[in-house]
Amino acid sequence: MNLSVQIGRLTLRNPVTVASGTFGYGVEYARLLDLNRLGALAVKGIRLDPVRGNPTPRTAEVASGMLNAIGLQGPGVDGFIERYWPFLAGLEVPTIINIWGTTVEEYAEVARRFDALGGVGALELNVSCPNIKEGGAQFGTDPRLLHQVVAACRKATSLPLITKLSPNVVNIAPYAKAAEEAGCDALSITNSFPAMAIDIETRRPRLANGTGGLSGPCIKPIAIKLVWDAAKAVRIPIIGMGGIQSAADAIEFMMAGATAVAVGTANFYEPQTALQVIDGLGDFMRRHGIEEVREIVGSVRIEKRS
Amino acid sequence: MIQNTVRILRNDREADLYYRLTLRAPRVAPLIQPGQFAHLRIGFLGEALLRRPFSVFQVADETFSILYKTVGKGTEALARMRPGDDLSVIAPLGHGFTVPQPGGETPLLVAGSYGMAALYLLAQRSPQKGVVFVGGRRSADILCVEEFRALGWDVRVTTEDGSRGEHGLVTRPLIDEVRRQAGGRKLFACGPTPMLEAVGRIASEFGVPAELSMDEPMCCGVGVCLACVIPIRKGDRWEYQRTCTEGPVFDARTIAWDVRG
Ligand SMILES: Cc1cc2nc3c(=O)[nH]c(=O)nc-3n(C[C@H](O)[C@H](O)[C@H](O)COP(=O)(O)OP(=O)(O)OC[C@H]3O[C@@H](n4cnc5c(N)ncnc54)[C@H](O)[C@@H]3O)c2cc1C
Ligand SMILES: Cc1cc2nc3c(=O)[nH]c(=O)nc-3n(C[C@H](O)[C@H](O)[C@H](O)COP(=O)(O)O)c2cc1C
Ligand code: FES
Repeated sequence: MNLSVQIGRLTLRNPVTVASGTFGYGVEYARLLDLNRLGALAVKGIRLDPVRGNPTPRTAEVASGMLNAIGLQGPGVDGFIERYWPFLAGLEVPTIINIWGTTVEEYAEVARRFDALGGVGALELNVSCPNIKEGGAQFGTDPRLLHQVVAACRKATSLPLITKLSPNVVNIAPYAKAAEEAGCDALSITNSFPAMAIDIETRRPRLANGTGGLSGPCIKPIAIKLVWDAAKAVRIPIIGMGGIQSAADAIEFMMAGATAVAVGTANFYEPQTALQVIDGLGDFMRRHGIEEVREIVGSVRIEKRS
Repeated sequence: MIQNTVRILRNDREADLYYRLTLRAPRVAPLIQPGQFAHLRIGFLGEALLRRPFSVFQVADETFSILYKTVGKGTEALARMRPGDDLSVIAPLGHGFTVPQPGGETPLLVAGSYGMAALYLLAQRSPQKGVVFVGGRRSADILCVEEFRALGWDVRVTTEDGSRGEHGLVTRPLIDEVRRQAGGRKLFACGPTPMLEAVGRIASEFGVPAELSMDEPMCCGVGVCLACVIPIRKGDRWEYQRTCTEGPVFDARTIAWDVRG
């Protein structure tokens, strides 16, 4: 049985990764699970300089999910390299570094810095953070800007490049195509959805930021549809995510067209989820006599009624 | 930090809205330090997915217990669980209280309602016995006074409605005490945020060291999500630190209350 998949020139031993912002820098979970069993590990979004993040409350639990407006708090490129890279570089599992900026030049500069670092698995361009004014979201909702930022990063690095698309668009296909044409190797779909919750006693939003990003099982069917739409539009692989909490959820994403998947919010309530997904995926393949995990990708049967 | 499925041994109502839950957790129990917490996944919670954090109350051999107040869906679902049911816990978590050294400062503990839970192990493991100031809205919010007395501590009770002990806020007798003598004393507090802020002010006014256990909404509990941060002073600047990891116990002098607003 072969579970390995390709993301550009990066080989993942299995298609199960963990989503940026839901797994810290890996080290925090090292005592709870064997990180080296993962297909890849995506770290919290990083820009050039340290970022303080949003005021609190930053999260709110909602039905089958949560809102967050963390505001991309982080140590900046230098702080990350100093504090977290030695640990990550020592792992067998490839690290996907999630990066963002407020200008095309900043994205490219961060990409150059990580290119020079050596040993990075892939870069994931976050062009879709809903939670800060300049969180890159404008790049994710304008196909021309999207093309520019991906092309600039493509020039800046030879690392595998993944573009994390915004779900906040009417039709995802042109964005998927723009990223592909600009030279990226894969797409991550999806980031969290812009959303809001209100405390009716105080009449205040439940997040200090007012609005935030919705994630968790409640977004899964919408995320599946986005993956399905994008998969029809491009040839590059897609990393599917949005509410995955079981192998069945992951297989659904793969059938819709995802080559790999990422476990996000579920890490918070069940840190073993990614490992359970890997085991469950193997069981499914055995049960169905599937030799190559790639056979599942895009295998949804759409029957046209005549 | 260990993740384990543990069995409920007891889950009884203590008083009013308060319950005491005892878990058999032979791998976790010996690791627990005063002021640390456990992150519980409460089954049967349906659409509410996240774990809930609770201070560890007591530890005995292979078990530990928590003392909780039913305030919402998670704690109400927890109150319905029965001995023999299993729970997933991640524990012990966080950075707890500094246990006083023999011959060191005399500890003054300050608790609001279930804040008593976070302070019990500290009282038990401190070589010096001191005073526990416990406050609540009404007498039903005053918990485990006898258990602290059994450890040899002096317990002073206040209630806001005067239904038990002294009438007023817990900070009133505390101020009297540190005014009488501030030197050689150290404050340890757990309770609602306004109480903690008041204790922090008293500490700085009288020049008494203080450690505060902060109650911030949490999500992952292990330091990855950055939901639980509070502003902490660093020189003339401040930065957000995680209540679940750098806390829940912080040196009162470092908390930037003005930023918190
Ligand atoms: C480090 C730490 C230690 C804690 N120790 C204890 C303990 O020993 N005993 C105990 O009873 N509780 C303790 N808590 C609080 C406990 O975690 C919350 O009461 C619980 O998560 C509420 O869950 P729920 O589903 O019942 O409430 P929900 O249905 O989620 O919310 C109900 C109400 O409670 C409020 N609430 C939710 N979480 C918190 C919180 N962390 N602090 C204050 N209000 C909150 C909500 O805003 C809402 O108004 C602790 C919290 C922390 C962070
Ligand atoms: C608390 C939190 C923080 C996140 N931070 C980032 C981030 O820094 N960069 C990013 O690209 N996505 C971030 N995300 C989005 C996730 O990576 C993921 O795309 C999204 O949550 C959907 O997956 P899920 O429903 O499984 O969580 C974050 C999500 C959450 C819940
Ligand atoms: S609760 Fe997630 S970082 Fe503290």
